[in-house]
Amino acid sequence: MSGSAIRPDISKLYHAKMPATWWLKKPAYLLFMLRELSSVFIAIFLVVFLIQLSQLSDGPEAYVAFARKLSSPAWIVFHIVALLFALLHSATWFQSTAVVMPLRLGEREVPRALVFAATIGAWIAVSAVILILFLVLRG
Amino acid sequence: MSANRNIEPLWWALFSAGGVVAAFLVPIHIFLFGFAVPLGWIPDSGSLFRHGLVKIYLFVLITLPLYHWAHRFYFTLNDMRLGLPRKPLAILCYGGAVVGTVMTLWVLLRI
Repeated sequence: MSGSAIRPDISKLYHAKMPATWWLKKPAYLLFMLRELSSVFIAIFLVVFLIQLSQLSDGPEAYVAFARKLSSPAWIVFHIVALLFALLHSATWFQSTAVVMPLRLGEREVPRALVFAATIGAWIAVSAVILILFLVLRG
Repeated sequence: MSANRNIEPLWWALFSAGGVVAAFLVPIHIFLFGFAVPLGWIPDSGSLFRHGLVKIYLFVLITLPLYHWAHRFYFTLNDMRLGLPRKPLAILCYGGAVVGTVMTLWVLLRI
């Protein structure tokens, strides 16, 4: 089977010339870019968290010292930005899930707004469980 | 190239799973490890993370969103029409996620 039949070589396709700043032209385009950018901040947060975890191989003191470094204003600002991006990701992901995977009850489709609200409820429940488990089990 | 096409569904599945993990789990972890633990609201010495089951959870939490990043970063940079070469960019993004997975495994096995 020829791969090119499924997806032609990009260089052979017609592309309208677009400036590299096309995404600044409409709020919807900008929101799209911010949503895509959220994955960068989420990844950076997780890498920093992994570095914090790696300190444990030098003992709990190294872990605590690393965590304390993250209380500097620059890191707090970073985590505020990262949290806002993470919330943007959650909201847009739940929204698109409601569209991509419509829920049916018999003949009727459950309203998307209801599916979205239920997902938000599940997200709050999951977050609360993690918070409680951490509070109870942390050492 | 044909090898890349054949494993495309795998990348997409990892992207999708990473999106779900990031959406449900990441905000509360940013709250805990970006604010609560550093600012001393919740003291923590990290001993919980040495437990085997918790390590499996951490592996899922950290690695899957890396594939989500790789997929989004690759396609968005293409959409931005910056004239970046596609193949090296793909290797950088998806390769970065694979390297991140190996690093995560290494760290979790050592602690």
